[in-house]
Amino acid sequence: MSDLLAMSVAEAATRIQAVELSREEYFDAWREAAAGDELNAYLWRAGDRAVESDGSLEGIPIAVKDLFCTEAVQTTAGSRILEGHRPLYTATAVRRLTEAGAEVLGKTNMDEFAMGSSNENSAYGPVLNPWDRTRVPGGSSGGSAAAVAGGLAPCAIGTDTGGSIRQPAALCGIVGLKPTYGAISRYGMIAFASSLDQCGPLTRDVTDAALLLAAMQGKDRCDSTSVGIEGGIEAPNREDLTGLRFGVPNDLTNHIFDAGVRDLFEKTLEKIESLGGAVEEIALPHAEHGISAYYVIAPAEASSNLARYDGVRYGMRGEADGDVVEMYESTRAAGFGDEVKRRIMLGTYALSSGYYDAYYGRAQKVRTKIAEDFSVAFSEVDFVVTPTSPSVAFKLGEKTADPFSMYLNDFFTVPMSLAGIPAISIPAGLAEPGSGGPQLPVGFQIAAPAFGEQKLLDAAYALEQAIGFDAKPGEGADG
Amino acid sequence: MAEELSGILQHVDRIGELELDDVAPTSHVIELENVLRPDEPRSSWPREDVLEQAPDPAEGAFRVPSPRAEG
Repeated sequence: MSDLLAMSVAEAATRIQAVELSREEYFDAWREAAAGDELNAYLWRAGDRAVESDGSLEGIPIAVKDLFCTEAVQTTAGSRILEGHRPLYTATAVRRLTEAGAEVLGKTNMDEFAMGSSNENSAYGPVLNPWDRTRVPGGSSGGSAAAVAGGLAPCAIGTDTGGSIRQPAALCGIVGLKPTYGAISRYGMIAFASSLDQCGPLTRDVTDAALLLAAMQGKDRCDSTSVGIEGGIEAPNREDLTGLRFGVPNDLTNHIFDAGVRDLFEKTLEKIESLGGAVEEIALPHAEHGISAYYVIAPAEASSNLARYDGVRYGMRGEADGDVVEMYESTRAAGFGDEVKRRIMLGTYALSSGYYDAYYGRAQKVRTKIAEDFSVAFSEVDFVVTPTSPSVAFKLGEKTADPFSMYLNDFFTVPMSLAGIPAISIPAGLAEPGSGGPQLPVGFQIAAPAFGEQKLLDAAYALEQAIGFDAKPGEGADG
Repeated sequence: MAEELSGILQHVDRIGELELDDVAPTSHVIELENVLRPDEPRSSWPREDVLEQAPDPAEGAFRVPSPRAEG
């Protein structure tokens, strides 16, 4: 990888602002790198530069998950039903990045409507993990994660509803942050589950993640659920973890599946102690029910949000030879993939009369208990830590036969989404998969109280520096 | 797919075993109430732009097949 491409976003932005590096040269280098995409990470790539603004991200190309509306540029949400769709407006998160001087380098592949943990649910083909092309990059922000890990973009943004930034970041050996619910506007971010969806950065290090978060966060009049982060975000700066308490929820971590993941999790806890942090056991008694609650709440909200794809105003229209209802049915049958259909049906069922209290009503109560569990935990510790994913990257096709086995990938990430609190995944190291073979990345997740992003980033930074993860995928993304 | 859905519901049914009688449901994690904006009209998008995206624009509107006749 050339020096230009190896530079962090923070360093490149500083050099461009100081006129030591030209934005043309930097963009051209990344555009060329992106053109060598053999991972199916991109669904669309930019031709020329389009941005002249100055700012904290001046000249920085960013890969944008195809769930974000980008004016006049195709936005598919990884689905056939929006094939060729070009929105009339740009998502606020993307607009804030370009106003800070960043360029959209391309739109990345993803699980359809953000539903998935492996990027195998895309209507445009799976994304390959740059560490091992027979394995998945994780999902649903698989394209964004693979692009950053595979040297096809200096940084990316994705969305996280139950783990869709953190889990692919872990499986691809990069940093992924899900901010507090309400930190970043959801305007223009195609809706999956509105009480859970959040935008966040996928980057090669914690400092770059902070830079992107700082530019994107803020209250937006177009999203009444946005509040921003009071005080903004600064570059993380912490040398050790003295005085900080890290809580390990045994209710969750007793469920770790891969030996390699368990081993690195424990090594990272030792690293925390060596940096002066205290590691304690805490209880999150309801967190293990997070998956069950999430797979009622998220599909329920999705069944409502996806009702708009009916072939009337935009996107694909199916056979229209019969009456209008037949048109809705043929459009949605042809336009949606299997996982989307599964979740719409589950969600509709969970909300239907006679079942609402048993499913959606109960799931919402589980959500309350999980949020309370975290509140209690945060009165005892500063952060809650877990592995990000129960396993390293699995093989393509390995988990597609049983939907619930796929859902379990979100086991450690879903509780934070339900509670609305921020969480980051940083690379902890490499481990051999359970079935043997070349080593693959493992992520370490740190969660903080709502709006505690600055402290979270500071701690993650200190830990990242101490871990010193600098491995790169052996096979370059360009062959 | 019916089998897959039944399988998923079986897992999800575990929340039926929890003691949740006195718990208030959470539909939204952050405390926000009645986020309003001033009641001032703003311009919207030009009609032609919106219709350009439509599968079957006609006479300044979105054309669709008729509903089935009742009866």
